[in-house]
Amino acid sequence: MRFSGVEAVGRLRAGSWRGFKALDPTLPVWVGAALFLVFLMVLPLGWIFVASLKGEEGFTLTGYSQVFTESAFLKAIWNTLIISFWVGVIAVLIGSLLGWLVTRTDLPCKKMVRALVMASFVTPPFLGAFAWTLLAGPNAGLLNKLYRSLTGSEEALFNIFTMEGLIFVMALYSFPYVFSMIANVCELISSDLEDAANILGASKLRVALTVTLPLTAPALVGGFILAFLHSLSLFGAPAILGLPAGLHTITTQIWALFQYPPRLDLAAAFSVPLLVATMLLIALQKKILGRRGYSTVGGKGGQRRLVQLGIFRLPVFALVLGIIALSVFLPYWILLKAALAKAWAQPLTWDNFTLENFKFAFFQYGDTQAAILNTFKLGILTATVGTVVAALIAYITNRQLLWGARYLTFFALAPLVVPGIVLAVGLFLAYARPPFVLYGTIWILFIAYLTKEMPIGFSQAETTFKSIHPELEDAGRILGANRLGVLRDVTAPLARAGLIATWCFIFIGVIRELSASILLFTPKSKVVSVVIFDLKEEGQIGVIAVLGILLLLVSFLVILAVQWAARGEILATRE
Amino acid sequence: MKKLFSFLLVISLCSWGAVSSAQDAAMIEAAKREGKVAWYTSLALPSSTALAHLFMNKYKGIEVEVHRSGSQRVLQRVMQEASAGIKNVDVSHTSDGGHFVLLKDKGLLMKYIPKGVEGFPEGFKDKEGFYYGMRATLSVIAHNPKIVSEKEAPKSWKELLDPKWRGKMVTAHPGYSGIIMTHVLALVNLYGWDYFKELANNKLHVVQSANDPAGVVASGERAVGANGAEYFYYKTMKQGNPIKIIYPKEGVPLVVSPTAIAKDAPHPNASKLFTDFIFTKEAQQMLADKEGLYTGHPGVTYPKDKPQLKDLKLLAADPAELEKKNAEIKKKFVEFFGA
Repeated sequence: MRFSGVEAVGRLRAGSWRGFKALDPTLPVWVGAALFLVFLMVLPLGWIFVASLKGEEGFTLTGYSQVFTESAFLKAIWNTLIISFWVGVIAVLIGSLLGWLVTRTDLPCKKMVRALVMASFVTPPFLGAFAWTLLAGPNAGLLNKLYRSLTGSEEALFNIFTMEGLIFVMALYSFPYVFSMIANVCELISSDLEDAANILGASKLRVALTVTLPLTAPALVGGFILAFLHSLSLFGAPAILGLPAGLHTITTQIWALFQYPPRLDLAAAFSVPLLVATMLLIALQKKILGRRGYSTVGGKGGQRRLVQLGIFRLPVFALVLGIIALSVFLPYWILLKAALAKAWAQPLTWDNFTLENFKFAFFQYGDTQAAILNTFKLGILTATVGTVVAALIAYITNRQLLWGARYLTFFALAPLVVPGIVLAVGLFLAYARPPFVLYGTIWILFIAYLTKEMPIGFSQAETTFKSIHPELEDAGRILGANRLGVLRDVTAPLARAGLIATWCFIFIGVIRELSASILLFTPKSKVVSVVIFDLKEEGQIGVIAVLGILLLLVSFLVILAVQWAARGEILATRE
Repeated sequence: MKKLFSFLLVISLCSWGAVSSAQDAAMIEAAKREGKVAWYTSLALPSSTALAHLFMNKYKGIEVEVHRSGSQRVLQRVMQEASAGIKNVDVSHTSDGGHFVLLKDKGLLMKYIPKGVEGFPEGFKDKEGFYYGMRATLSVIAHNPKIVSEKEAPKSWKELLDPKWRGKMVTAHPGYSGIIMTHVLALVNLYGWDYFKELANNKLHVVQSANDPAGVVASGERAVGANGAEYFYYKTMKQGNPIKIIYPKEGVPLVVSPTAIAKDAPHPNASKLFTDFIFTKEAQQMLADKEGLYTGHPGVTYPKDKPQLKDLKLLAADPAELEKKNAEIKKKFVEFFGA
């Protein structure tokens, strides 16, 4: 089989099924990766639908009718919708303000602000929620105590154990999603239109409101939906802040249905509305972002001038730091204090200082050692396998290697619409009974994490491959290497920085995962997040703080290490 | 003849002793070969860790894996594993006597009579020899004396219904804690469900573990604990925290927490050794001295600043009734308290 070079390149580019089949002995790898992905997604979701319809004998709709008529369930759905709506609104306000400030104004210390927003992003929401119970518990909360001593008031300034409190905390850890969307868009919008408005005499505020804002509107709506979805799927924060006030959300209700005697049928039936809601929202987001596009945004042609904040520069900066204080400084400080204090509510004097919590967490409590080990094992394993699979899939879809590659994109992104706890319900149904008994081992967690992180890994890898032109591969192919060889020797090295970033994203996503883990762990396969949640239920505050700090430290170390390792290349690809 | 008889008696006693210690040695050997015991326990984390370390120091080479969670969570784990055919648990221990009725019914327990339980009171022993009460505690009222003076503090369960305590109390959850499950049953038997319906009007802060109210009251987050594990209140108080315990005159729910070995325990010998150890005077005295618990061991002495059980009016719970009403209690509680 001999082709002229041009013909071979042409065929490869077109990537037609027939031409490919004749050519490539590495086909099983691509087909295998594709089938693996489909299997990963279809099995748990299929089980949810089956279980939700299964009665004592035969199929029935009683699960659904119970879910949609019993007032406790309806209340949970209603709570979830209200909470997620407000989280979306607040996250958009904060996220877009910060996103605009760091990209389009002369705000000082922008790099630092970005890093701090990243820190909010990395902080697990359940940890933030826990820290806020210590900061703003109505009576012992340190901020409320401070407020009382300053004002002499009897009342609390803020009660975190309320729906408002829950919304507030969830918004603090959802706004980074909006931030990154808005920052990306703002970086692309050129200043031409704004200049035009300026020349016509509009004030800065008016320009921002009437020109910049509408231009970013699709991103704002998209950001709102993203924040809404994020809060819809959270489990830890509502469990820590909502349950003490008697508030159930969909996720905490599903979790409660797993308690003995387990009502798996109801849990499955209750998962379906959550699933449908997220699907609709994602579809809506796609539609909004897709239709409006950024016709004026496209390209980097125009100039981008920074808005001068003038006399507001420092006050605005103070405001930004104030917001970051709520999501990062204050929570981190109270965690550190709780870790080092005998009594967290008392001042940290020498008498109140102790290292006992560290000693207990790391040396006496056997569960933590095993859990730390499991967490890192799973983190490294999932990140590595996940990066490879995501890269293969992204490569297939990007280079159109298989017929139906487009549908693979769908499968790779599908877990986006599956909240962690729903995925866990499906996985429990699929893998806690013969023939696949993975429940009881860390492998069920591995599958959960791999599935859950696939969309992030895939989008990262996809962006990376988009930036690498196929002509280099074509050269490699012409010189006789097969697809895999080319991928290994040509593309992967070029994609190194992007793939390292993919690895890092997955790793951090895994070590902070709670909502799926909480249904899938057994005492033998505990992870750190689950241990923290267990300890929270018992009120072991000092030990939680120690483990929380450990999680945060490891996340930051990984980010730093990756930035250091990929430094050269990331700069290179930017230029 | 008399001499001969006593000689024989001595011989037989000696050889009996020798046989028994040979059996012990064999069991210890076997336990060491197994190397560990997985203990699913609802005993407070510091207490269960302390007990495990006491055992591990005595029997070097046998590790006790402490998996601590609330009673209802422990049961959930055990049942989920059983339904998936996973054999991981060796010894389970919760504060909900009903769990052991259920586990025995389902054939998930191994019959084993630990050494030295003969002298324990009836309420600590299963007639058929499947489970035994490892410890006992009470569910009590507590308050923070820095916020509420002893004079003002509520002295009885009924006083907690007073609207002046609205927003000032904390309760633990029967859906998590066996102690609270027992507490709710005892008070429902005393005052009916109306008691909890009225109590819920006072907007209690709802935590999960019966140990958590101690921390909540000590930090001042809430002034009064409407229930909670007495041993943990006591321990927290002994660490210098502002806590006062009240033993209501109407009766104090007594919670006896059984322990049992799983039928399919992967480490049966280590489980037996550990179970025997739990009931030794050494371990039981440690639970009394260091952890503030009551026990069924007749020889154990208690700290001077704790009331003797015989001086209190106790409300005992029947394990069979606990098992029967488990689901109803959880459901009603959620209905009244919201979650």
